Amino acid sequence: MSKIKDPFAGERLKETPFHPRQSALNLRNAWSSWNGYLFADCYYEAEYEYFCIRNQCGTYDITPMQKYEISGADAEAMLNRMVTRDISKLRKNRVTYVCWCTDEGRMIDDGTIFMLTCGSPSLAWLRKSSFGYKDVTIKDLSDTVAALSFQGPTSCEVLKKMGLSKIDTLKPFGIKHFKFKGGKLMVSRTGFTGDLGYELWIDPKLALDLWDALYAAGEDFGIQPYGETATNMARLEAGFIMPEMEFNEALKTIHFQHDQTPLELDLGWLVDFKKPHFNGRNALLREKEKGTEYMLTKLDIQGNKPAEESFLYSDKACTKQIGYVTSAMWSPVVKANIALAMIKTKHLDGDIWAEINYVKELRQLSKMAKCTVMKKPFWAPARAKATPPGPY
Amino acid sequence: MTKQYDTIIIGAGHNGLVCAAYLAKKGQKVLLLEAADTLGGLASTREFHPGFKASVAHTINQFSSKIVGDLNLAAYGFKSGKPMQSVGLSEDGQHVSIANGKVTGVGQSDIDAFARYTKMMQRYAKAMAGFSLQTIPPIGNNSFSEVLTFAKMGLKIRGLGREDMRELLRIISLPARDLMDENFDNPILKAMLSWDGLIGSKMAPRSPNNTVLMMLFRMIGEHRGAHALPVGGMDGLINALSNALTSSGAEIRTSAPVGQVLVNRSKNGLSAVGVILQNGEEFKAQRIVSAVDPKQTFLDLVGVDNLEIEFTNRINRLRSDGYVAKLHLALDGLPDFNGINIPNERMIIAPEMDAIEFAFDDAKYGEASSEPVMEVMLPSLRDQSLAPEGKHVLSAHIMYVPYNRKGGWTKKAKDQLAKNAIKTLSQYAPGIEKQIAHAELLTPADIAESHLVTGGHWHHGEFALDQMMMMRPTYEAAQYKTPIPGLYLASAGCHPGGGIMGGPGHNAAHEILK
Repeated sequence: MSKIKDPFAGERLKETPFHPRQSALNLRNAWSSWNGYLFADCYYEAEYEYFCIRNQCGTYDITPMQKYEISGADAEAMLNRMVTRDISKLRKNRVTYVCWCTDEGRMIDDGTIFMLTCGSPSLAWLRKSSFGYKDVTIKDLSDTVAALSFQGPTSCEVLKKMGLSKIDTLKPFGIKHFKFKGGKLMVSRTGFTGDLGYELWIDPKLALDLWDALYAAGEDFGIQPYGETATNMARLEAGFIMPEMEFNEALKTIHFQHDQTPLELDLGWLVDFKKPHFNGRNALLREKEKGTEYMLTKLDIQGNKPAEESFLYSDKACTKQIGYVTSAMWSPVVKANIALAMIKTKHLDGDIWAEINYVKELRQLSKMAKCTVMKKPFWAPARAKATPPGPY
Repeated sequence: MTKQYDTIIIGAGHNGLVCAAYLAKKGQKVLLLEAADTLGGLASTREFHPGFKASVAHTINQFSSKIVGDLNLAAYGFKSGKPMQSVGLSEDGQHVSIANGKVTGVGQSDIDAFARYTKMMQRYAKAMAGFSLQTIPPIGNNSFSEVLTFAKMGLKIRGLGREDMRELLRIISLPARDLMDENFDNPILKAMLSWDGLIGSKMAPRSPNNTVLMMLFRMIGEHRGAHALPVGGMDGLINALSNALTSSGAEIRTSAPVGQVLVNRSKNGLSAVGVILQNGEEFKAQRIVSAVDPKQTFLDLVGVDNLEIEFTNRINRLRSDGYVAKLHLALDGLPDFNGINIPNERMIIAPEMDAIEFAFDDAKYGEASSEPVMEVMLPSLRDQSLAPEGKHVLSAHIMYVPYNRKGGWTKKAKDQLAKNAIKTLSQYAPGIEKQIAHAELLTPADIAESHLVTGGHWHHGEFALDQMMMMRPTYEAAQYKTPIPGLYLASAGCHPGGGIMGGPGHNAAHEILK
């Protein structure tokens, strides 16, 4: 017998503070991993969870998201050089969505600033970025803050019922602080579903209390946990990008320019050229003047076969390939066959055809479908932006 | 109103002076700012004891004769001086001397081998000489000039002929130890020949990297590798340069340390528009040239807030810790070196390559060598003005002395190093210790402070394969332009690198005047 208790201890996935409740609800035992945490793909059935997000409300455990607190007199200067947006305008208790690039303007990651949260570990880049600033402290809060994304049309009502006073006055990208069981609960009106929703931030010790209070208040409002698969459906309808689907993080990209720039990802609105200096500015300015080679584009596609991993052509005969689909689905709420795709910018105004491969009872089939470029997010209900969001 | 200049140059080391002189000659309104009260940087002559003067750099062996001609330095009093012998000292007085391309004091086979070796090295040096006075283009933009420059380089090397080219490629990154062992028997000869490839770098005879390139680099000057002291000492060169540029109308300000490069930040981006002195005085110009080392230029004077993140980190990781200390002795009389009549040549104390290697072993683990190896001169024998009559200055480069000593450079550590060095000297010049009126020891840490050069490094950055040519100091700043419009580099931290050569100042001026 080996004396080592568990030779794979370091390989085992960590459990988030919400795990006891979530594991009880995970009927399918459908787990995968995110930043070293055990994390649900789905609990019962992805589509069912998706409908919860769109029609009721649901919780999604975002504890594995990386969270950094950046403090000190030079913290703002340091971040403002790092991200493409001008954050000197950011007011207290507001959140802003940002992205950051290499010197060559290739996108490393996106995230939000209140602390700073992002999908992938970024401590190395933050430390590189802080070099030379005298007064900046970076603290990795990833394991010390539990976080739950709480999304859906009934989410505001549930929080009200839970006793969060005046939560309906919280504007999109705003932050409010509440007392909760002798601790602090931070609520931001943010999310990744394109609908009304909030993100709840709390001390891991109070995580289960928060869960119980939320599920008690939400019982009559259809509260359910949802997993990665449902999240991915909702975010695609909202037109949000996903790492390793729409973009390859620049620092993890080996092949030259297999990464993307924010301009190619249609995130030009995040790039503030009025700001005198930020990382990648020169490269992005050159790209802007020259025009991007590719552009991330929203497509409405004929038929109902999802155009997953499809190549795009400028004609039905497939003579000229002009791009590829990055994410695709049949959208139940929009009732359309939607996709995000990288398309060569100069072909955006012409015809776009998708070659869709699909399987029907083990038969490999293929068809051509006409695509229409959509300018706006597929799904953007008024309540997502309204304050108060109104009862549901 | 602040006065408007065409160009402000920070740092009046010889590269700053050369760059300023070229620009002023073309009619630019130039302001040259120097932190110290003397010109010349590491080549400046300073009084270290009443009546006794010395400079950190104590010989010249590669100053470009093109620059001498372009700037008409002879008319301003520059005379390069006769080439000196190099003498490898032996305790018993059986020295090895190299003069006029010939070696004496060794066996016949070494004499023959030396003749062959020198000819070969000189052919290589000649093939490479042209590239030091030109900008090396960045890799990857495939522009016409890039292709042309690299094609010319290739042709020059190819022009050596098949055998020479093969041999050059074979030895180019060879450790000095192997090259010497292949060619020679005499241990002193081997040690003194490797010396020029090692000094100033963090390398010893067994280190593979760019020792051979360094040797070749030192052979491109007018004396083909021999050292010389200009007439009037190092000041002979510095005064000629400063006279050349003031007569073209350039202004020089000494005791004017720059605190900050003024970077304008607007919606059009960044641009360097002036400098602010440490005393708050402000000067404006169309462009700023920094002849200060790249680390200080970017990290201290420009500031990271104006730089990109990866670029900043590349600058920060530049290897720039110096490993050479300087000893200046004020002597009451002429020391008596065993077997030498008048010690007015360049003497090397390194009895064998292992002596150099072991001195390096100490230094690489953070200690100053207990048995230092050194290069010794008595400049006062060639320039009377450096010491009172009948008295002398001894100037010695000591290897290897780490910038970062384990435990820091305490007074005790410095005294011990000086003691060890003087003890070594007295083995070759018995009684010298009784002639010492004053000793000044400058560790690399002292040089960093007194001459404002990062790490106290002679070359502003290790002269090594990873920090050469289009990678010196780093890509995006290796063509003298920097990522900040209006800011240029002209220091030894740029191609072709250190030594009193003038290449970076020349090349930067060329880029600006293009």
